[in-house]
Amino acid sequence: MDNLKGYVADQLRSDFPSFKPGDRIRVQVKVIEGEKERLQAFEGDVISIRGNGMNRTFTVRKISSGVGVERIFSFHSPKLAKIDVIKEGKVRRAKLYYLRELSGKAARIKDKNQK
Amino acid sequence: MPGLLAKKLGMTNIFAEDGTMIPVTVLQAGPCNVIALKTKEKDGYEAIQLGFGEKKEKHVRKPQLEYYKKAGLKPAAVLREFRNFPIADYKVGDEIKVEIFTVGDKVKVVGKSKGKGFQGVMRRHNFGGVGGTTHGQSDRLRAPGSIGASSYPSRVFKGQRMAGRMGFDRTTVRNLKVVKILPEQNIVMIKGAVPGAINSIVEINK
Repeated sequence: MDNLKGYVADQLRSDFPSFKPGDRIRVQVKVIEGEKERLQAFEGDVISIRGNGMNRTFTVRKISSGVGVERIFSFHSPKLAKIDVIKEGKVRRAKLYYLRELSGKAARIKDKNQK
Repeated sequence: MPGLLAKKLGMTNIFAEDGTMIPVTVLQAGPCNVIALKTKEKDGYEAIQLGFGEKKEKHVRKPQLEYYKKAGLKPAAVLREFRNFPIADYKVGDEIKVEIFTVGDKVKVVGKSKGKGFQGVMRRHNFGGVGGTTHGQSDRLRAPGSIGASSYPSRVFKGQRMAGRMGFDRTTVRNLKVVKILPEQNIVMIKGAVPGAINSIVEINK
């Protein structure tokens, strides 16, 4: 995989702020409706970052009207317009899949910068 | 139908302009030198002989070395003939590069598939195995079943599909699309998979 990175270098993106699992982020995605292009926001907690190079993806989970919704984004996708880090989370593992089993107060992630 | 020899470097993904992800195989295609031209008058058929890669002189047999010297070229690692080339446009010693392809071309890729070793009939010929574990049957789940009848013909027919060595066959995949070309690095990216392991040599035919 690594030896192929040079050939896809023009596709790799490095214009987003760094974030980790547990962080709350807002992802602005370009959506094409008819002929118009607009931005659609998806805000939630990063529960997983996986893959390398072009295959790198991250999963964002949010609770939308009582239902858990997860969306997987490709790190280097040209459809991503902007990523904002809203809150840094304090977590002890890289994959936060345990959040799927939890709800309400238990499903909260502690803020890293708050004592 | 021009073509080139290429080395398979591996697979990755790239994004199309509309944001969809395309799985691609990255191939180091060429540059290939024209080692010889086969003509109708002399050889009875028309073809172009291309050489790809490099080989040290000490690894080449002396008569072979003379063959390359006659063409004024360094010894190539692989030689392959391509038919249906517009051979009138080329002469011995010419270098052919990835420029013969354009993005969107449909190509045919020929390579040696990965060797799978000795495989049973289920994997090699898609047999179903012997179903059922009743009537005293056991340990027969992946067996081929009957391979012929008893008194007539009282032999096994030629070509009966059985277990054996699988893979490492010359395999052709048609209608693959050229997605991207990097001329400076001699790279062609083709949508989908091509036969062979990484670092194996494949032919790309337009």
